[in-house]
Amino acid sequence: MEFVFDWFRTLYQETGINLPFLYDEYDRNRMIGGFLTTIWLSLVCLFFSVIIGVIGAWLQGSSFKWTRRIVNGYIQLFRNTPPLVQLYFFYFAIGTLLPRVENDWGGQSPILGSFAWAAISLSFFAGAFNVEIFRSGIEAVPKSTVEAAEALGFSKLQIYRDITLPLAFRVVLPALNNNLVNLVKTTTLAYAIAVPEMLYEANQIWSDNVNVTEMMIFLLLAYFALVGVLVSGMNRWERAMKIPGYG
Amino acid sequence: MNWTPADPMVSLKDVHKSFGELKVLNGVSLDVMKGDVICIIGPSGSGKSTLIRCVNALNDIQKGSILVEGQEVNDPNLDKLELRKKVGMVFQQYNLFPHKTALQNVMMAPVRVLKQDKAKAEETARALIRKVRLEGKENAYPGELSGGQQQRVAIARSLAMQPDVILFDEVTAALDPETVGEVLQTIKDLAEDGMTCILVTHEMAFAREVADHIYFTDRGVIVEHGPPETFFKNAQDPRTKEFLSQIL
Repeated sequence: MEFVFDWFRTLYQETGINLPFLYDEYDRNRMIGGFLTTIWLSLVCLFFSVIIGVIGAWLQGSSFKWTRRIVNGYIQLFRNTPPLVQLYFFYFAIGTLLPRVENDWGGQSPILGSFAWAAISLSFFAGAFNVEIFRSGIEAVPKSTVEAAEALGFSKLQIYRDITLPLAFRVVLPALNNNLVNLVKTTTLAYAIAVPEMLYEANQIWSDNVNVTEMMIFLLLAYFALVGVLVSGMNRWERAMKIPGYG
Repeated sequence: MNWTPADPMVSLKDVHKSFGELKVLNGVSLDVMKGDVICIIGPSGSGKSTLIRCVNALNDIQKGSILVEGQEVNDPNLDKLELRKKVGMVFQQYNLFPHKTALQNVMMAPVRVLKQDKAKAEETARALIRKVRLEGKENAYPGELSGGQQQRVAIARSLAMQPDVILFDEVTAALDPETVGEVLQTIKDLAEDGMTCILVTHEMAFAREVADHIYFTDRGVIVEHGPPETFFKNAQDPRTKEFLSQIL
């Protein structure tokens, strides 16, 4: 490994192309930390946004008028406002209204940190789209298939879990993939509330080293690779979920 | 009221059903005894399918009474699960679960709804698949089976719930002529085993052969009914005569 680090140090000395996170341990740790934070934030948001989508789509089919109205209100609110504004709203408006707790040093800290707010905000943002995506999938499941399950005595919840959702899921996978790819890219907004994710750490490094060009090129390629891995994983999943002789 | 096997298994009294303004059933009454095979025939739109869909509460009714083994179906507090354990249904379009194999389709309801042990449910399901002559197709998905094979899986799926009566809603109407026979044979086997069957069908020859009783419906009422021999030979009502002359 030392050999590689030395090579990049020489590269900088000879050409001026400066990639400090490849030869300087401190910057390397910052970059790795940023990378892991991005991954972790993405995974948390992916998970919760899908959960919100599944539950929201279920509630949209509720027989209570007000349940449906609340879900639709949520979708409109989060779909029709910029995610950065939502993030600020959660962090600065809701965050300051919540009680503070005493931290280890006897000071006062907000009850939720910037990472938690980014996770909440982005999950709600992507979740709003996921509700609509899942709803479209549920509507694509033939009513007659649901009726067959009803006639066999399945409860409403069993029908949703065992029949409607697995079928809807296959229909919506391409649309869901698109939204989840968008979500991973949108995690860069967490930069705005100082979540130490990849963009934030890159910014720290270029501030110290004045190597904006190199860092921007690296960032672009890093996200390209990261989302590429996600997309290929999702495509593989799509193929694995394919039902022989169906669709 | 306590139901005994001497009472009708399914009993309809003055059943009225409408979809909005459209009256579909206009006072239908009929009784089905245990082990009976009855066929409901009639022109399209005469309310045949609606009639049997009301028996297992897939459609509700506005007036009248439907008793299944003494359980009132026209009841806002109806225990649907209890009803559907007793009444199986097979549909025109098979309606199998496309993401489950034939075997899974058959064993799913017993495991999920009746909370049967998985191994036991699988054993029963395999036996039922053999019974409908589909041995070797256990792991095929519905999309890989022909229409007739899918319909036989659907019959096995319905039988897995061990119902007391099965409703067949034009189960051969979507099939190729050459696969109709295999499905009808399966139903005939069931009838011979003593299963109570209510069929909506356009297969007159089949109705004549297996039915104990034929009902002819038109515009939401039963116009005429009787055992197949008298029904087909000596139809009295002009509407029945006209229908039979067109179809036979």
